[in-house]
Order: sequence, then C-alpha cells, then structure tokens
Amino acid sequence: MITVEGLTRKYGSFTAVDDVSFVCQPGRVTGFLGPNGAGKTTTMRVMVGLTPPTAGRVTIGGHLYNDIPNPGRHVGVLLDASAQHAGRTGREILELGARTMGLPSTRIDEMLELVSLTPAESKRRLRNYSLGMKQRLGIAHALLGDPSVLILDEPANGLDPAGIRWMRGLLKGYAERGGTVLLSSHLLNEVELIADEMILIGHGRIVAQGDKKTLLAGATHTAATLVTALDNEALAAALSARGLTVAPAGEGLRVDAEPVEVGRTAAENSIVLVDLRAAEGALEDLFLELTSDTQREEVA
Amino acid sequence: MSAGAPAPAAGLGHALDLSSTQPIPFARLVRVELRKSYDTRAGFWLLLSIGLLVLAAEVIALAVTTVQDEAMQFGDFVGTAAFLTSFLLPVLGIMVLTSEWSQRTAMVTFALDPRRPLVIAAKALVGVILTLATVAVSIAIGAVCNLLYGAIEGHTDWTFGFPDFVAFTITQVLAMLGGFALAALFLNTAAAIVVYFVYKWVLPGLFAVGAGLIGWFSDLRPWIDFQVAQEAIWDWSGSGRDWAQLVISGFVWLGVPLVWGIWRVLRAEVK
Amino acid sequence: MTTIPASGLGHTLDLTSTTPTPFGRLVRVELRKTWDTLAGFWLLLSTAALTALVMVIQLAVGITQDDVELTYNSFLTSTNFSIAVLLPIIGIMLLTSEWSQRTAMVTFSLEPRRPLVIAAKLVVGLSLAVTAVVIALLLATLCNALYGALSDDPTVWNASVSHTSAFVLLQVIGMLTGFAFATLFLNTPAAIVLYMVYSFVLPGLFELGAQLMDWFDKIRPWIDFNFAQGPLVDATMTGKDWAYFAVSGFIWLAVPLTFGLWRVLRAEVK
Repeated sequence: MITVEGLTRKYGSFTAVDDVSFVCQPGRVTGFLGPNGAGKTTTMRVMVGLTPPTAGRVTIGGHLYNDIPNPGRHVGVLLDASAQHAGRTGREILELGARTMGLPSTRIDEMLELVSLTPAESKRRLRNYSLGMKQRLGIAHALLGDPSVLILDEPANGLDPAGIRWMRGLLKGYAERGGTVLLSSHLLNEVELIADEMILIGHGRIVAQGDKKTLLAGATHTAATLVTALDNEALAAALSARGLTVAPAGEGLRVDAEPVEVGRTAAENSIVLVDLRAAEGALEDLFLELTSDTQREEVA
Repeated sequence: MSAGAPAPAAGLGHALDLSSTQPIPFARLVRVELRKSYDTRAGFWLLLSIGLLVLAAEVIALAVTTVQDEAMQFGDFVGTAAFLTSFLLPVLGIMVLTSEWSQRTAMVTFALDPRRPLVIAAKALVGVILTLATVAVSIAIGAVCNLLYGAIEGHTDWTFGFPDFVAFTITQVLAMLGGFALAALFLNTAAAIVVYFVYKWVLPGLFAVGAGLIGWFSDLRPWIDFQVAQEAIWDWSGSGRDWAQLVISGFVWLGVPLVWGIWRVLRAEVK
Repeated sequence: MTTIPASGLGHTLDLTSTTPTPFGRLVRVELRKTWDTLAGFWLLLSTAALTALVMVIQLAVGITQDDVELTYNSFLTSTNFSIAVLLPIIGIMLLTSEWSQRTAMVTFSLEPRRPLVIAAKLVVGLSLAVTAVVIALLLATLCNALYGALSDDPTVWNASVSHTSAFVLLQVIGMLTGFAFATLFLNTPAAIVLYMVYSFVLPGLFELGAQLMDWFDKIRPWIDFNFAQGPLVDATMTGKDWAYFAVSGFIWLAVPLTFGLWRVLRAEVK
C-alpha cells in the first residue's frame, strides 16, 4: 500500500506538486493520469526518495522508502528506462541489480524470459536498444526482486500494441495476487483499460480520483451515439424531427442521445442501420474538462 | 478512494513486513561497484590502459637502461610505473563516481539502496582496491624487469625497501582520492578531470612562482601545497612539522572537497 | 488521399525554392551551442575569469614586490596558465558534446552535409580562440597600464607584430590540437586525458629520452610538437625551427585530425 499525505514539492517559485494526497490499495492497479508536466514523475520520484519533498510525506507499506532495507526486494521501481549506462548490455544491467539485491543469476534468465527479451538481445548494449526494448528491460529490472509494490512511470511508452497488451495482463495478474501497482500515463485509453482506480492530476493538484464508474457518475456527461445507416440523410432528417442534435461523423452520424433512442427512431422510420454504438470517449471528455485549464492546447 | 473497492483483509498487504529482510551488506555493495568499474567499454579500457602503460613504461625503461648500460634498481622500475599511473589513477577515481551521474544510473543505484553514504563509501573503497591492484601489478612487472635486467647486465640491485613500498602505496592512494574528491565536488567527468590536471600541473608552477616572489607566501606554501607535502611520505624521516604540513594541506585538497562534495551528493535531487 | 492530385504535383518534392542552409547560418548556430548549455557557459566564463585572475595576481605581486619587474609581454605570457590550458578543452568539447549528448543525431539530420557542420565547428573554435586572444591582449594592456601607474618600475610596452601573431598562432594551435584529439576519440574524458598527457607528461618523457639516448636527442625536435613551439613563444623562429614545427605539427595535428575527420564523416550516428 502506498500512502501519499499532503505532498508538496516546490522548485523556487514553481510548485511542481501541490498538496497531493492519495492511497494505492494492494490488489488493485492504480492509474496516475495527467497531461505532460502535471507532476506525476515528481510525485513518483519523491516516493522512492530521489527527490526530497518540500512538505508532506509518502509511506510504502507504512515505511518511508529510505527506511526499507534492501528496498529492491519490496518495491519495484521504473522511473526512466533510458537512465541506464548506454555501454552496458541488457543482461549486465540486470546482473548488477540482481547482485545488489542478493539474488541468484537464474532470476535474470527468468526475468528476461518474462519480458520476452531473447538471449541474443540481452547481450546487446543498451545504446542499440529501441525504446520498447528499453522499456521491457526496465520492467524486468523492476520485477527482479519479486516486490510486493510496483511504481512504474509511463511503462507503456514505446511498447508496440502486443507489448501493451502483454503488460496489461502482467500487471493485472500481479495485482490479483495481492500486489500494489501504481503506474502513470498521459494516455487515457491505456490507463482506462488496465487501472481499477484512477487519480487525475493537473498542475500539481489532484482534480479527481476513483474508479471509472465513480468518475463518470460525478461528471456532467451527455450520452452520445455513433450511427451509420444505408440512408444517412433520411435518418438525420428523422432524428432532427425528434428534436435531437445530429452531426456528420466519419461515414455516419453522431447523435446526442442514447443508442436505444436512435435505434427506435430508425425502426419507426424503417431505416436500415449498418452500425449503432455508444460513442466512447466520455472519460476522455471528462479528463479534458477536468484538466482543461492545465492543458497546453485549447480544447475545442 | 473508490467506494466500490473491497475492504482489504486487515493487516494483510497494508504494511510491508520487513522483519525478514536484511539490509544490503556493505561487502555486496563493494562487489557490485567493483563490477561496474570494468563492465563498460570506457571503464574496461581505462583499466586496461593503466595496465598496459605500466607494462610499456617498465619495458621501455629496461630497454633503454640495458642499451645504455645505466645502473638500475628494483625501485627505479617501480618508480617509472608510479610516475605514469599517478596520472591515470585520479582519472579512475573520478570516473568511478561521475559515470553514475553522466549516465544517470545514480537514479537506479540510489533506488536500490537509498543509504547514499554507504554507496559513496563503497565506490571510494573500489577506487582504493583498484589502486592497490595497480600497485601490485607495477611491483610484479618491476620485479620481472629487474630480473631481466640482472640477466642481461649481470648484476641486480633489489633496493626497494619496505618504507618505499609503503610510501609508494600511500601516495598512489592519495592521488586516486584526489580525483575522487574533485569528482564528488563537480559530479561531472570533464570538469573534474580538467580541474585535477590544473591542480596537478598548473598549480605547482604558480605556487613556485608565488613562493619565489612573495616572502609571506613562501612561508605559507608548505601548508597548502599538498604535492610538495607528500614528499614527507617518501622521506619517511620527516619532522613533526612535515607531517603537520601533510595533514593540513591534505585537509585542504582532500578533506574539504570530499566533505563538501559528499554533503552535496547526500542532499542532491538525483535526476 | 481523397482527391486525385493534379499530375506532376505532390508526387515529387519541389526543391526549386529551397536554398541550402548557408554556411554563415551553420556557424551562428554552432556558436550559440557553445554557450547555451550550463557546461559550455561555465567553461567560457571560467576561461575568461582564470585569465583575469592570473593577471591580477601577477599585477599584485609586481606592485608589492620591488624586485619584480613586469613588462607587457610578461602579462601576456601568464596566459600559459589560463587560456593555453582551457582553450584546447573548448576545442574538445565543441565536438564531443554532440556525441556525449547524442545531439549529433539532430544536427546531422538537419544538415546532412557533415563536412560543412564540422567546418562550422572549426570556424567557431577559431573565432573563440581569436576572441580569447583579444581578451588577453586587452587585459594585458590594462594590467600593464595599471602596473605603470601603481609601481615605481617603468612601464615597458614591448609588444610587436611578431610576438602578437606568434601568440595568436599558439592559441589557435592549442585549440586545433584539442579539436583533433576530439575527432579521434569522440569522447570527452578520453580526449581530455590524452590531451593532458600529451601536453604535460609527454614533454617530460621526451626530455628524459633525449638525455639518455643520443639518437633520440637528434630526432626529438622533429617529433616533439611542444618543443617545436618553444621558439614561437619567444618569436625567434628560424628556418630550421619552422621545419621542425611543420613536421612535428603534421604528426600531432594533421594526422589525428585527418583520421578523426574521416571517422566522423563515415560514422553511424547513434
């Protein structure tokens, strides 16, 4: 369990993290979500004692990170997969970690296999790794000591779609076995699929937290439907006649109504539908809305 | 916190059970740091070139002296090697520390063991171990060269007393630590190396000029010129004043940068 | 694509209105790179500060000590302790910082004509060397004027064209030697260590060898670049000295520079 209490970190007049408090429960994957520069990495760096906090504190399982003996055996950390010596081979990097933690070399082979790095790849120097390979190596390094808590900063960065799916399964399974997982991301879709719990941060402050349902319930959110018919024009006319707002979207239409209402309108007018579904991205709308004053781009 | 989260079983998973975890033993830290010193190409080549330089220096000394029929002692061979290694050992001392910063591995190192003073101490000890290894290699190659010299010239002189050996070892360790101290101060390879070489070559010249020209500086100089003060170690029979000068100047050039630098490392945000 | 492009349009890049990056612009960008990082800024600042510091100390000694007599040239010579040490480091870092920070990838993708980029860096190095010389000359003038005003000794303005041009040449050579070592190693620490060994350790070894062996004493002037620069400092170069200078300079400057440049131009940039 990770407990963040009233955490603040200032750099001169700039406040990177502003009075942040949250809890990551064991057995659950907690997603730490926010736009670039929102304070996610700083918070995680304070967690593992690399950055001293200006105020507040973080405990992991009731202890300050710096008080945990051999912390690699309890907490797996991946902050920046590129922060390794470019001249070392992937295997050597794991070797150093394993030796520091006092683990047998067999553990290295297990981890390499777990993250699907081949023996040939593990003998290449980090300089020649792709971003995705570095990320896999970083996850292997974090899991090396069989920790009960995982802290991962943007772990999906650079992974291919298969890699992202693999990581999702890995972390879910890890949490189901009772582990605590905190992972950060700026990509909502990624976190939405994997996290049981979400913490939204913007400008160093927490703007919302909870699971997906709770978050959406709290939001002022209007239903939307994407629909495609053989005769889109006829459908649009019928929907407009009901007083619904209709806009063209791709090959079909976007309607501000529940799918059931759109379906009923089509059935009553005998219009053949090719595709009918609820518009995704409600969470995305919420995310953009909550962090709108912290976004770099104006949200249309 | 979400309302839907199941209440975790009391006492389970909430607190980390640390009772069965031993802190990382210091010896293990030292072994890992030792490995880091040679497992990269840069580190490997630095160590190898120190070894090759020792070999080349003593072989050249052997060749020149036998051809010219110069008198050579065991100590002369070792001294030739010492002259050269005293340039590269400080670089070793510097890179043992700064490579963690330039390659950003300090983040990983300090996440695996947040007891930073112990990590720094392990690194310093690795520097000492490698220096002692260099000393051993210099003496071994020196002995072989002296034997060859004897075989060629018909006479050998094994003059290299215990005091010489001790002095040789201590000055080499001090040279390495000088680099280490500057590395702790700058945490940057290039800056530490440049400043070390300025200290090593430019400063003695300035000191000599200053002492020659200004009366009071000439009196002050022995207390702040660490390189001159180290001669007391070779003479061995130095007065109490000589040893005091060694301690004071050593404090200025080793103690102050080391303490200040380590204080900085302990407080620094590791990026 | 939703519309059919007009024939001949959009298929090939239209390069007619794009001019190649002018060399002058490359030089300006490379010049900016020398001081826009913390490391670069401090290196330049400490070069200037050290130069001033050494001269001020010299001035203070000269004024307070009656038996010391300083001239304009002695102020200039004191830069052996400042500019002469740090200018080669600037030359080294001009090039190696692109490699250690991996910015070479960006630089060479914006301007794939690598020889031009390297040439721009060289021009920057040369202009920094000239700037350093100008600063040194100004400081020496200032210190000598102050010395004349504040001490009882007469002010000696023994500046000459040959001295000044020799001084410029020496500094440029120092910078170029650093640059040559940098192209050879493309690694900051290695280049700095080797340069330091070359300029401080090697002369001692050459001296030792020359004293021990007669044949070495004879070839030494031809291979010891530091030794060959000696007469240049005093501006007493003879024809033979120039020959020494050319041959040893070829060994220590031209060979590493050529080999290093060949490597930079062919290397895969990571």
